[in-house]
Parts: sequence; structure tokens; C-alpha cells
Amino acid sequence: MKFKVNNSEVYASTGGRPFDKKKPLIIFVHGSGLTHMTWVLQTRYFAFHGYNSLAVDLPGHGLSGGESLKSIEEMADWVSSVIDAVGHREASLVGHSQGCLVTVECTARYPDKIKTLSLMGGAGAIPMNPQLLSLAENNDPKAVDLMMDWAHGPAGHFGGHPVPGLYHINTGTMLAKSRTIQNTLGVDFRACDNYKNGFEAAKKVKCPTLSILATDDKMCPVKEGKKLASLIEGSQVDIIDNCGHMMLLEEADRVLTVLKKFITTNYPPLSS
Amino acid sequence: MSEKKKELKPNTYKFDTLSLHAGYQPHKNAGSRQVPIYQTTSYLFDDVDHAAALFNLERGGHIYSRISNPTVGVLEERVASLEGGTAALATSSGMSAIFLAVMTLCEAGDHLVVSSQLYGGTVNLFRLTLPKFGIKCTFVKPRDTEGFKKAIQKNTKGIFGELVGNPGNEIMNMPEIAKIAHEAGIPLMVDATYQTPYLCKPFEHGADIVIHSLTKWMAGHGSSMAGILVEGGKFDWMQNDKFPTMTKPYEGYHGLSFAEEFGPTAFTMKARAEGMRDFGPCLSPQNAWNVLQGIETLSVRMKKHCSNAEEMVKYLMNHESVAWVSHPSVPDHPDHELAKKLLPNGRGSMIAFGIKGGKEAGVAFINNVKLASHLANVGDTRTLVIHPASGTHSQMDEATLKFAGLSHDMIRLSVGIEDIDDIKNDFEVGFRAARKPRLVSNQ
Repeated sequence: MKFKVNNSEVYASTGGRPFDKKKPLIIFVHGSGLTHMTWVLQTRYFAFHGYNSLAVDLPGHGLSGGESLKSIEEMADWVSSVIDAVGHREASLVGHSQGCLVTVECTARYPDKIKTLSLMGGAGAIPMNPQLLSLAENNDPKAVDLMMDWAHGPAGHFGGHPVPGLYHINTGTMLAKSRTIQNTLGVDFRACDNYKNGFEAAKKVKCPTLSILATDDKMCPVKEGKKLASLIEGSQVDIIDNCGHMMLLEEADRVLTVLKKFITTNYPPLSS
Repeated sequence: MSEKKKELKPNTYKFDTLSLHAGYQPHKNAGSRQVPIYQTTSYLFDDVDHAAALFNLERGGHIYSRISNPTVGVLEERVASLEGGTAALATSSGMSAIFLAVMTLCEAGDHLVVSSQLYGGTVNLFRLTLPKFGIKCTFVKPRDTEGFKKAIQKNTKGIFGELVGNPGNEIMNMPEIAKIAHEAGIPLMVDATYQTPYLCKPFEHGADIVIHSLTKWMAGHGSSMAGILVEGGKFDWMQNDKFPTMTKPYEGYHGLSFAEEFGPTAFTMKARAEGMRDFGPCLSPQNAWNVLQGIETLSVRMKKHCSNAEEMVKYLMNHESVAWVSHPSVPDHPDHELAKKLLPNGRGSMIAFGIKGGKEAGVAFINNVKLASHLANVGDTRTLVIHPASGTHSQMDEATLKFAGLSHDMIRLSVGIEDIDDIKNDFEVGFRAARKPRLVSNQ
């Protein structure tokens, strides 16, 4: 569906079901340079099981208009505005990678609005490798290739996509190259690198929180994810073996199972 | 002492490694080092919710082997990885892959621009069969790049061609024709069976959909029929209103828009969800496994195919019984320079040559070679020969044969990986017979 936030058009996948204001809202926030399509193996399930599932394209990404937001704080405010724009008062947030920084900050800023928080491959800070940052800001496609290399675990490098016939790394590469790299990945990486408030924001999170981490995650290693989780009161942690940073694709079924249990328990769907 | 900063390089697996490993994780398959053959029609659901989720495309997995199968899935991912594609869908043959690609793209009333130099079966599909479904085609000579542009109509949904034409070895100027297609907002579909991804990766030159008959060089062993379509993932289906079946809500899946939901894999998702469901040209797991065995040695075989082919080109060009030789490695081949650009790892192992003495000599040659097999296939590890005018293209009338660039003296040679001297010695027997057709009998 399309709607406007700050006068800019926003695209969000509804997971194949029409948006229904009566149903509780889950917002999925993608990682650096990516789009709503990374969530396809989670959003459709919730959409068909009593939720409004909104996988947003951040401004300037995917099918959304406008320019990429330059800071995690702006993105956090923007997510809050999405909740307002679709006529809801509250939502459950799910973030991946950079999306974790955004959703933690959003939850800290708007505690009354956010009912549960699910973090995948999250950390309190995501400092960027200077060379990678420079490549992305200079529009070099090598930045995407490096990101896809590091984002997939050793097993993920061989493929084994849960959807028959799809090949992880090339699909991710195409998503990240679908718009101008410096305007998406470059801006996002800089925003991640600049963001220093993750640990402080985490201390303010009081809603039920789940962290899904992966043993082979090079981008946000388990110890960083655990450090963030330790600052959030009552946070649950689930660790996936043989999996890299792209756990939402590499181990989509496991992620969905854990996410489903957590969200339906803490933020029940509209019963039919 | 100053230390130079190490340049970052992606460590994703390279071609030869992907040929052996892509698409398969042993730890998810009882540790089996070899890809298991999942010889099954169907798959248990955990519960009703799981079943519904699979049918609704809410989660990945297998339902019924007509739609997908784990062994076939490994093959699909492997070929997608080798081509640099986002996704692939394997089929029971190369022809069914072409048909599925067209039916995923087109509806009755649509039009395609098609290269005229194609395998005879493909010509008949486009010329005779697709019009029965209301899909019309305009044929253009592969070297007539401007002709492709002129042939595009308002209802044209794509351009199709074989990168190297069968059997005449004409090469499409893929980068230029891709530009023409993209300016018109339509995809370029390329049959790259002759090249395999070892010789050419069409996505790097602008193609959007790549099709292979896996039966040929990819498998190599000549034991199994298989085809595949591979998606490049760059084509924007939402750029215009030409592809409503990709962009508009699809009734068959609760109003799903394939393009919005699956983006760079939308074409494959639709081809599988609709095409395999409704037409069902599925690949058997045994044949998928057989093809995987071939792909494991693809680069090794292709090197030998190409080196043997270049030896055979030299041999034929200097032979008194040969009137002409067509192969992209020949300097005076009209596409020699283009071939260097598009086929840097080798120009392929298909040779067309004219035998002095015309059709009668051709028949005598074919009937007297013993090592080379006379059959309707290409890309086997064994050397194959055929006389197209009386074989693969025999269903064409004289005018169509001429338009397809075929002559009665033409012999199509698919060079195998036998010892090169043995192939040459065998050809000597054939040429001797061709020079005295009435004195040597094959009976």
C-alpha cells in the first residue's frame, strides 16, 4: 500500500492482505540499503494470521519516494509517523540490522506506542569499516558485494534458500543495487556509523523484547547482540547456529517460528 | 615502516566452487556429502496452519513435486548462482522452459520479436504453436540489430533469441539488442544453451531471462532431458503497464502482486506458482541429480570442448573436401570480434561446415563416420554430427530453410572431448566416402 509521511510517498508491503484498521499493527524495518522484500518470509504469515503486517521501504529506498534519512534518530521518528499515518495508536516493531538501531531508538522515544520489539542481527552500535563506508558513499558496487559476502554465513554462501530456486546472495545484491548505492547504502552506512545512542536507548526500552542472533554473524556478532539485550529488562534471546547476519532469509523458518511465538504471546492477533 | 592498507575483496565463492557446492547444505541433509535424490511426489505438513502457509506463499518449502522438489531445487540454485541470477526454475526440457517463459510473460493478443536463427523446434513453437494461443511473433535476422527495433509493436512483450544461432553460428549483438529492448520497456530473453555460463553470462550483457536446455553441455553426458529458466533480477516490471500479470493483484494467490512482493525474483515466482501449477512441466529428481553430476565438471569439460573445436576448425578449413567453415573463432566469421567480447573463455564447440558435393556428399559423410554419432542432439561429451536440412530442420519448407540460413551442404558438428586425433581420423573416413558416394555404402 502507499500512503504519505511528511508529504512523501511511502510504500509498504501488506503481506498480500488488505490493510484493516481493526487488526493490530506490526511494522518491519529493513537493514541498510535494502527494501521491504527482505521480509517476505515473515510478513505474509502475519498478514494471514490476524495482523496488519507493514514491511516499509524507508524513504528513498525500494518503492518509497523522498530522500534517504540521514540519521537513525530521524528514521526512528519516521517510524512513529508511519504508525500515525496509517491511523493506528500503537504497533509492534521488528527490525533487522540497521532496522534494530531504528526500532530501539523509536521504542525509547515513544514507549507508549510500541508494544513489542523484535530485533534480528541487532547491536547497540554498528560502526562501519571505513573502506566499506567509503566505497558505498562513492557509489562503488563493490560495497554491495562486500556487504553480501559478510552478511551471509558460511552455510548461506552455498545457498539453500527456503524458497525453492532462489539464490540468496544474488537476490540480496539486486535489492541493494535497485537504487543508487550512494543514496541508499551510502547514507544508511553513514547513519549507522554516526549513531551512538543505542545502549542508552536500550536502557529505556520497557516493552517485551526479543533478540534473534546468529552464531556466524560477522556484521553484528552474537556478543554485541547479547550486550544490547542485557540492557533491556526481561529481553529474550534466541541464537541460531550455522547462520549469518541474513537470518531472516538464511533461516527464515526458524526466525518465523520464534517471532510468531513471541509476537502472538505478547501482542495477540485479532481473533477471527 | 609504513604498512599499506589491505584492499577489501569479497570472498564469495567462484565459478568452479559454485559448480560443485551451490544450492546444497549437507548439514541439513543428514550430512550426506552428495545431493540426495528426493524421489517423492509430496511432503508432510506439520499441521493445517503449515499447509495453509505453504499454499499461500507465506513461507518457503515444498508441497508437491510438480511445483518444487528439494533435489531439483539444488539444481535451480546452482544454475542461478553460476549465471549470476537471482532465481531459477528447472523444467522437463529446454523447450518447456521456453514455453514457460513465454506463457509467464504473455497473454493472448501479445507479440514477441524473435531471432530467426533458432533450433528448428523453437522456430515451430514461435511460428506455428504460439499463434494458436493468440501470441504472434515477428522474426528478425540475428545480425539485423536495427531490425529488432523496427519490429517492436505496442503489444510486444519481449525479445527472444539464441545467443549463437542454431545451426549457422550467427551471434546476436546482445548488448545492443538489450538496449533496444530496455528502451522499449520489455525484457530480453536469451537461450544460451550453446555457451553455458562458463563461456558467457548473458546477464552481464543486458539479458533479463536466460534459458538453457540443460540436456546439452550443462549435463554433458547425454543421459537426461532437462531445461531451466534463470532470472537476472534487474528488469523493473513496474516501469510501465505492459505486464499486468506481474504487477496487478493475482486472483490465483489472494490478490498477490508478484512484482511488489518478490521484486528481483518475481518472474521465477510467477513461473513456478502459475506455470508449474497449471502446465506442470516438472523435472524429475533423478534427472535433476544426473544434470548436477554433469555441472560438477562443467568448466573442465568446456575447456576441452573449446580446444577440440578450435583444432577441428583448423583441420576443416584446410581440408580439400570442405567448402566453408563457420565458427566464431574463424577470423573472417562476421561475428568474430563480437564473439571475442561475449565469449572470452572460448567460442563454443558447435561448428557448421559445408561439404563439397552438396547434399549427396553430406549424406555419404554422415553415413560413414563411426566415432561421431549421427543424432539429434548437441553438447554431448561425444562428438555428434547431423545434416540439418534432412534432420533437425526437416519440417521446414524451402523458403523457411533459406530464411533460417540453412543450405543443403551444411553439416552441423558438435565437437566432443574425445582425443582430437581420433575425431580427425574418423572424419577422414567420412570425407573419403563423400568423395566417392556411390562406391561406399553404409548398408
